[in-house]
Amino acid sequence: METTLLTSVEVARFVAQGFLRLDAAVPEELNAEAIGVLSAGIPPVPYGTPLPLAFPEGSFARRLVEVPRVAGALRSLVGPDPTVDHHAVHVREPQGGSAQPLHGDAIIDTRTDAFDVQLMYFPHEVSPAMGGTLLVPGSHLRRTNESDTGRYQNLRGQIRLTCPAGTVLLLHHGIWHGGRRNDSAERRYMFKIRFNPTVRQVRLWDTADLDDPAVPEELSTRFPWYEPATGRLEVYNRVAMWRAMTGFDGFDVDHWATRVSNRPRRIA
Amino acid sequence: MKQQVLVLYLATSALDAPVVGWASYDGTGRTTPTTGDGDEPPYDSGVAALRDGWRLFQASQLIPPYPGHEYDTSFLKHEFFFEKLAD
Repeated sequence: METTLLTSVEVARFVAQGFLRLDAAVPEELNAEAIGVLSAGIPPVPYGTPLPLAFPEGSFARRLVEVPRVAGALRSLVGPDPTVDHHAVHVREPQGGSAQPLHGDAIIDTRTDAFDVQLMYFPHEVSPAMGGTLLVPGSHLRRTNESDTGRYQNLRGQIRLTCPAGTVLLLHHGIWHGGRRNDSAERRYMFKIRFNPTVRQVRLWDTADLDDPAVPEELSTRFPWYEPATGRLEVYNRVAMWRAMTGFDGFDVDHWATRVSNRPRRIA
Repeated sequence: MKQQVLVLYLATSALDAPVVGWASYDGTGRTTPTTGDGDEPPYDSGVAALRDGWRLFQASQLIPPYPGHEYDTSFLKHEFFFEKLAD
């Protein structure tokens, strides 16, 4: 199976933002097939089913996750042989429904050395009126439980997704998001698959650019909704995640982690 | 009289700090604010809301981090509740 692995800079962007966006990654012929397949439903599988059993060879879902850009990004983040936690088809009816409260999926998940990835696939163009998924960049490392964040209606720098057909998002399990109200005259479809890793998530991507100065730049990204003080802690926590994902315990950004762990033992 | 509620999340604990997040609830039923319905806040700061007649009725306390959790991030810290009364 052909794949296109992510670069270190792209993975650092995922660590900082909590998601990656692959615009129009899925070919038109699969998108054309998708509405019928998703409307008919994709059979559920038991939690933790190996991918080849969850999505048999030739099935729509299998062909989706084997699109080279999608396969490469998944391999780079969760590694080989992930299991399918669960999957679901989300449909928003035209002129109907209400916005979901801002939430993280499942329950509070405090792992710092492993993470699940959620794939969101949008088979058709999502226009502003269609109420594309609301995403809060850089929220994935916040320790909050499910919809306890429901009070937050809008945050500066939030993303109200619009995208071309065939776009795939890959999300860290903790990211704050929500389906928005569909104010258009068209049904909106989204297919979601949650993947659990089965290997240590260490240097799974193309690491040729590991020392690129753009890596710490990505990891330093602040978002408009951050309180400045807490934004510094976000960078500190990303450093911890990057250390876990690279195995380099000395890595740092602007001395944040080094400074607060410096306890000299030498007696003068 | 019915209550309209505005919640502003500010960049620091100061009421004149910039707005980073917001929510509103309308007891009059004339508007139905909801999740993800706008990218621009109604005011640039908490004080700007005061100047427009909103009355502050609650501000989040400053609570020190729990020992061992000094680097954890969670909810937004600087939450201010305002109200207006309307017919």
